[in-house]
Amino acid sequence: MNLVLRRVAAMVPALIGVVVCIFVLTRVLPGDPARTLAGDQADPSVVAKIRTEMGLDKPLHVQLVQYFSDLLHGNLGYAWHTGHSVASDFASRLPATVELALVALVIALLAGVPLGVVSATRRDRPVDHAGRVFSLLGASMPLFWLGLMVIVVFYNKLGVAPAPLGRVSEGVNPPTDITGLYIVDSLMTGDMVALRSSLSHIIWPALCLATGSTAIIARMTRSAMLEVIGQDYVRTAVSKGLKPSVVTLKHALRNAAPVIVTISGLQFGQLMGGAVITETVFTWPGIGSYVVQSVLATDYAPVQAFTLVAAVVYLAANLLVDLVNARLDPRIADA
Amino acid sequence: MPETALEPQTAESAQSAQPAVKPQTTLRLLLRNKLAVVGLVFIALWTLGAVFADLLPYGATQPGAGGLLQGPTLAHPFGTDNFGRDLLSRVLAGGRISLWTGLIAIAISLLIGVPLGAFAGFVRGRAGGLVMRLMDMLLAFPSLVLAMAIAAAMGPGMVSAMVAVGIVGIPEFARIVHGQTLSLRERDFVEAGHAIGLPARSILIRHIVPNALAPILVRATLGMGYAILTAASLSFIGLGAQPPDPEWGVLISDGRGYIISGEWWMTTFPGLAIATSILGFNLLGDGLRDVLDPRLRTSK
Repeated sequence: MNLVLRRVAAMVPALIGVVVCIFVLTRVLPGDPARTLAGDQADPSVVAKIRTEMGLDKPLHVQLVQYFSDLLHGNLGYAWHTGHSVASDFASRLPATVELALVALVIALLAGVPLGVVSATRRDRPVDHAGRVFSLLGASMPLFWLGLMVIVVFYNKLGVAPAPLGRVSEGVNPPTDITGLYIVDSLMTGDMVALRSSLSHIIWPALCLATGSTAIIARMTRSAMLEVIGQDYVRTAVSKGLKPSVVTLKHALRNAAPVIVTISGLQFGQLMGGAVITETVFTWPGIGSYVVQSVLATDYAPVQAFTLVAAVVYLAANLLVDLVNARLDPRIADA
Repeated sequence: MPETALEPQTAESAQSAQPAVKPQTTLRLLLRNKLAVVGLVFIALWTLGAVFADLLPYGATQPGAGGLLQGPTLAHPFGTDNFGRDLLSRVLAGGRISLWTGLIAIAISLLIGVPLGAFAGFVRGRAGGLVMRLMDMLLAFPSLVLAMAIAAAMGPGMVSAMVAVGIVGIPEFARIVHGQTLSLRERDFVEAGHAIGLPARSILIRHIVPNALAPILVRATLGMGYAILTAASLSFIGLGAQPPDPEWGVLISDGRGYIISGEWWMTTFPGLAIATSILGFNLLGDGLRDVLDPRLRTSK
């Protein structure tokens, strides 16, 4: 408990820093939000009026205090293009993004960890080379292109994927809203029709989103495992006649776990960025596609708010990583 | 005994005083690495394509070069788009934009990140700590999201994308140089510099930064691929290059509306262009790392 409090307290300055960073980057860089909003052809008086409305005519420190005060009141700004507050738009769309990112993370872990373990235990064999090629391709493939190719092949040509429109097929009712995560809600209410439909819709964007993370998790697992496998206690375990699978899974993987947990936490933060692209390609109704719609409507308050939310998610994921690692390795908790 | 113990240390120090990157040796070792050569070939092909794109019979933005939405033919190997523009010309000209974007973004990251990291590592203390905490803060943002926020604040366009991608890359370089400076400043040749009265700036610029060049070069090469990818992603969502500029992300965004109706070539070729160029920089970066830091060869 003490550790939890300590780590949460350590997050506060980081959060303040993140907010200041966003503020500085969006106010100090060249570019005039009032001009962008009004359009290139707008009359200077109109631009000046918008600038006053947005508070941009005030000194920077006053704007910063105002920004903090707004955030503390849960005010993330106003989205001109939807006519709602950004906070309410986010609240309705966040579950779709969280569900997509979580499913992608689960896929990345289920594929990446075994791939890394197998590559490490069969080092320099064909499976290890295949793993390296996959890692390289995964890191080089543009996510938006991969998504489009998946749609072309699996929806257009093979017809095995549903139309990339929304979280459930047309004609299927979404499950009763409990958590906002369709898979969880349909399981809780026993709605198998909604479960099947939501699984068939989420699997394709989640697979695309997971590709890059799978490659990174596999690579990090491999190097963490190689480091552990070379240590004396593993050699001792082998020499006292334990089965190779027991040595790998119980002795080696357990000690490589903190590295895997750490990289997974970092990847969850990055998945928020990837969600912007994936959601746009698959018309997934989360905050990522909402942010892109905002960009196209030259409405930038949601972009700033998303940056903040993504950074908070990243910090929270790091906190979770610290706590899980403290459980896995008592030396970390004592540090 | 003391003499023998001193010998390797002195030899190591003397070696460290030389810049770690020797171009001819590096190139020779690099050409022995098959994967790095594959990477170099990809990069060379796209660079040549970008340089000679204007020699093709059709202009990158010339409408009606062929029929509308024609599939690949001998006259138009990559097909044509919805305005009848030749896609091969557009993809090659797009390479010019993407490669320039990558180069300028990396230059921005280097020009700001390297001095910041070197400063923080050299002076240490409160000022150095503050710089590095700021860098850590920037690393707390998912890179694409941070680039989006910066590009949106500056207004959509290619320059915004370059600056955004450049700023996102700063903390990585600062961290690398910071780490290198921290270890190098304890070395004998730096202490010797202090002893003979060299000013701190001179020690930093002439002795420490050149010795940190190897990891900077590796990071810059890997960063090129990443910069091209991020800039293309920004263009794809409307924050980078704007149509009719044939940037690769724009081309894929243009072709997006036509994949359901079967015009696959509009997205496939620009996508392959991005993937192969990034792969090229990744392979070359990995190869450079192997050559410049032999310790990493075993853990790759």
